[in-house]
Amino acid sequence: MKDFLNRSLRTTIVFLVVGGILMLALGGYLSGASRGITGAFIALQTWFSTRYNAIQDFLSAPRDIATLRQRNAELEAEVSRLQGQVIELQQQVRETQILAALVDFSRANPESTYKGAAVIGRDPSPFLHYVIINRGSSDGILRGMPVVTNQGLVGRVDAVIAGAARVQLITDPASAVNVRLQNAQADAVLVGSVTGDLSLDMLAQDAVVEAGDVVLTSGLGGGYPPDLIVGQVLNVRKLDVELFQRAAVQPAVDFTRLQIVLVITNFRPVDIQPLIPTASP
Amino acid sequence: MRTLVAFPVLILVVILQSAVISRIRLLAGCADLMLVILAAWALKTDIDASWQWAFLGGILVSFVSRMPWFVVLGGYFGVVALAHLLRRRVWQAPVLAMFSVIFVGTMFMNLGAYVVLQFLSHPITLNDALGLIVLPSLLLNLLFALPVYAMIRDLAHWVYPVQEVE
Repeated sequence: MKDFLNRSLRTTIVFLVVGGILMLALGGYLSGASRGITGAFIALQTWFSTRYNAIQDFLSAPRDIATLRQRNAELEAEVSRLQGQVIELQQQVRETQILAALVDFSRANPESTYKGAAVIGRDPSPFLHYVIINRGSSDGILRGMPVVTNQGLVGRVDAVIAGAARVQLITDPASAVNVRLQNAQADAVLVGSVTGDLSLDMLAQDAVVEAGDVVLTSGLGGGYPPDLIVGQVLNVRKLDVELFQRAAVQPAVDFTRLQIVLVITNFRPVDIQPLIPTASP
Repeated sequence: MRTLVAFPVLILVVILQSAVISRIRLLAGCADLMLVILAAWALKTDIDASWQWAFLGGILVSFVSRMPWFVVLGGYFGVVALAHLLRRRVWQAPVLAMFSVIFVGTMFMNLGAYVVLQFLSHPITLNDALGLIVLPSLLLNLLFALPVYAMIRDLAHWVYPVQEVE
């Protein structure tokens, strides 16, 4: 009986103490102590958590690096592929622009029929200005046919095989094109040079020529059709002691960037050689 | 049979020359890859297939170029002959021989071309030919000399492996 009373008293005291502490805590009287205790717990938990994360990172990092490296390689390959695609598309855009300009040119000049060709090479000899195009006799290309771009005259076909042709540029030192000056109404001969510069020869002394005058083919001699744009006069050299004036010509075509050309297929050059009188014995 | 390797190599050289090398200009001059290849091959190989190489190279270049065939063939045969001559005399310094062959060969070939073009009424002055074409071409050929020599040496070792003497 006595033991039972003692246990009940202890239990009651414990309840009272715990209840008292709870009451004090709920009343806000233990906030300082609880802050200190919880702060210590939080600090301890943070320490453990940080260490755990560090260990977890250390154990799992190699797998992540390998994954990242693989992903990086994949992305780099993707970037390379896309860059290649961009370059290819830019090239296609350039070609399309050139082709569109050539189509415009052929529509604006419906009197001629054209065959488009790509420039695939140049003459290996630096003395000669010839290019090779990827259209030949199987495409209806014949020797002597004029070659143009939308900018102006390029040259004429010099030799043909089945699938390709060689074109003599008007900048070739051996090239001579009969031309006329649009404003001056004067005829001249356009000759090339090793440097690719063009000049007018056989230009009459009394012709009034100025810088900027447009140079067109005259059609004389039958080698080229008339009225194809060749270029513009850059400057004129007129000396009284010479028979003819000379003039430098800026070509309309950029021969360093020749990519696609048009061959005029309905023009047949006229061979005037039999008409040229020869000295009789 | 080993001479047949000349066909793919020289066809590739002509394509490269026409499509790429001829567009790389210094003033008005450009490198002559075929000449450099023939010079390197004639200096390197111990078996005299270089005459066949020169013949084939000359025919291929003549097919592409407007230059008269005899200028090209004569030029390349001259280069090979010069290389053979120097190979016997300067055999201890192949790079020096290579530069010498390129120098003399380029001058010989380009000046030969100039003379023939004069006969064919191409209005080119000697000053223009020398200053704008021959000397720039010579410089470009000399620039190509070493890498081409190294490549041809490897090719020659591959085509004609050196026999091990026991």
